[in-house]
Amino acid sequence: MSTAEDVLVSRPPRAAFGKLLACDARLTWREPIGLVLGLAIPVVLLVVFGTISMAQHKAEPQLGGLTVIAVYIPILIAFSLGMLALFSLPRALVTYRELGILRRLSTTPLPPSWVLAAQVVINFVLAVWALIILVVGGAAAFGVAAPKNPAGFALAFLLAVAALFAMGLWIAAVARSATAANAMAGVLFFPLVFFAGLWYPQQFMPAALRDVGQLTPLGASVQALQTATQGHFPPAGPLLVMAAYAVVFAVLAWRSFRWE
Amino acid sequence: MDRRAATKESRTATHAQAGGDAGQALVVERLRKTYPGTVAVDDVSFTVEEGEIFGILGPNGAGKTTTVECVIGLRTPDSGTICVMGFDPGVDRDQVHAIVGAQLQTSALQPRLRVAEILDLYRSFYRDPADPGELLDALGLREKRSAYYKSLSGGQKQRVSLALALVGRPKIAILDEMTTGLDPQARRDTWELIEGVRDRGVTVVLVTHYMDEAERLCDRVALVDEGRIVALDTPTALAEQAGGGKRVRFVPSHPFDDRLLTELPEVTGLKRSGHHVLVNGKDDLVNTVILTLAGAGVTANEVEVQSATLEDAFVKLTGRHLHEDEEGAPR
Repeated sequence: MSTAEDVLVSRPPRAAFGKLLACDARLTWREPIGLVLGLAIPVVLLVVFGTISMAQHKAEPQLGGLTVIAVYIPILIAFSLGMLALFSLPRALVTYRELGILRRLSTTPLPPSWVLAAQVVINFVLAVWALIILVVGGAAAFGVAAPKNPAGFALAFLLAVAALFAMGLWIAAVARSATAANAMAGVLFFPLVFFAGLWYPQQFMPAALRDVGQLTPLGASVQALQTATQGHFPPAGPLLVMAAYAVVFAVLAWRSFRWE
Repeated sequence: MDRRAATKESRTATHAQAGGDAGQALVVERLRKTYPGTVAVDDVSFTVEEGEIFGILGPNGAGKTTTVECVIGLRTPDSGTICVMGFDPGVDRDQVHAIVGAQLQTSALQPRLRVAEILDLYRSFYRDPADPGELLDALGLREKRSAYYKSLSGGQKQRVSLALALVGRPKIAILDEMTTGLDPQARRDTWELIEGVRDRGVTVVLVTHYMDEAERLCDRVALVDEGRIVALDTPTALAEQAGGGKRVRFVPSHPFDDRLLTELPEVTGLKRSGHHVLVNGKDDLVNTVILTLAGAGVTANEVEVQSATLEDAFVKLTGRHLHEDEEGAPR
C-alpha cells in the first residue's frame, strides 16, 4: 500500500521550512530575549571596553602590543555565542516542549527535526549578526584592525558555533522546563566566559589557569579567534578542542533528546 | 431526536447501497498499552467505517486519550495492531500524519503568533490544504485572525486547534475532548461544525466524556472504562440495551387499577407518586399505554416520555457514573 506516490504526498512541501523560519523570526522579534542577550549586551560591552581603550590611547605591552578593545572583540564574540547557544537556543526548544507545541507539531507531516533546525538557523543568523556588528563596529568606532587571517577567523568562528550550539542542544535535550534550562545555562555560562577572558583576558591569566581555560570551548574559541585576528592560522589545539566539544555534546544531545 | 435518527438511518442505507465497499478508515485490534504501575489500554479492538462519526466515550482516565495517541503514532503500543487507511502509525508515521488531522488535549501553540500566522504555518505542512479563509469563517474566527494566540479565550483557542486539525484536509479527524472548556453555545456551534465536517466525507473519531455530545453526534459509540471497551453500538441501541429503554410519566384523568397496565407485555414496571404514574417498559410502550388507558375511559394528562440515555447504559455496564469525580460538567 505504501507506494512511492504516497511517500511523496506525505512529505511536507519545502516551503514549510520557510514558513517555520518566518514564524521563528517573528517570535524572535516579538520576544526579543535572544536579541538582547546575543546582540544588545555584547554591543553595550563593546562600547564600554572601546571607551576604556580610547581613554588609554595606547597598546598594552602585556597584551602583546594590542589595544584593550582589540583583545576584547574575540572575547565579546565568544560571549555573544555563549548567550545565544546556551540561553536563547534551548529556551525556545524547551518552551516548545513544555507547552506541548512540539507534541502538536509531531502529529503533522512536519519532521520534528525541522523545528530544531529552524531554531539553529535563527540563532546562527543572530550569531553572524553579532560577529559583523562587533568586528565592523570595532573597526568603525574604535579603529580595530579587521582579522588579518579571514579564513582562519571564519573557521574558528564556525567551530565555536558548532561547539556551543551542541552544548545548547544538549541543554534543550535534558532540561525538563524552561526554568531548569536557564539554570543549567547559567551554571555553564559564567565559568565559560571567565575562561574566555571576559573579566581577565587570557594574556593576564597565570599559565596554569590559561592552560585549563584553553581546554574549555570558549577559551579555545577566543584563543583561535585572537590568533586569526593577528594574522596566523589558528593552531590545531584550540580547533580540536572545539571540534571535540561539538561532537561529544551533539552525540549526548542526540541520545537524550525527547520531543515530549 | 427523531429527525436525527432518520438521517442516521438513511446514511446507513447509503452505505449499504455502496455494497459495503465504503472502506474501513481505522482498524484497531487487541491494543494494549501499559505505563509503569497501570494498564492504560487493555485489549481494545474496534473498527471505524469511512464517513462516520465514531465516539470513544468514558470517564477521565479510562484510556481514551492513550488509545488515540497510539493511533496517531505519538505512543507505541505494547501489543496489538493499528491500521489507519492501510498504514501502520508505528511504521508509516508520515503517511498517517498526512491523512489524519488531530486535535490533542495537552498541546498548545506559540503564544505570540497571530491566528492567521499559525494557520498559514500549519497549512504549509500539507500538500493539498484547505482554504484558510473558509476555515476561519466556518469557525467564526475571521475577526480574530490578527489576534495573538495568547490573547484568545478558551473557546477561541479550541476553535483554532480545531482549524489546525482540519487545515490539511484530513481523511480522518481525531478530536480529543474538543468541547471541554467551551460555553454551551460554543459547544453547540462546534457540534454543528463537526457534522459539517462529516458531511464533507471526513471520518471523525471523537473522544469525549460528555454523554450528550456522544449521543448527539456519534453514529456509533465505544463505551470505555478502565482501559477496556465495555460496549460498542449506536447510541440508541446502547441506551435501549441498558434499561429496556423507555419510561412514560403521566397524570390519569380517573383512577384505574394497576393491573390494567402491568399485564401488558410492553410494561415492565409501574410506580405511583402522588398524582403521577410512572411506567417503565419497552418497544411501543407509549402508544400501548395511552391506547389501553383510553380503552378503559382514562385520559393520560401531562404525558412525559423519557428514553434511557448513554449515561444509563454506562451506569448499568460499569456500576459507575461518567462524571463521578467531577463538578459542574455540562450535562
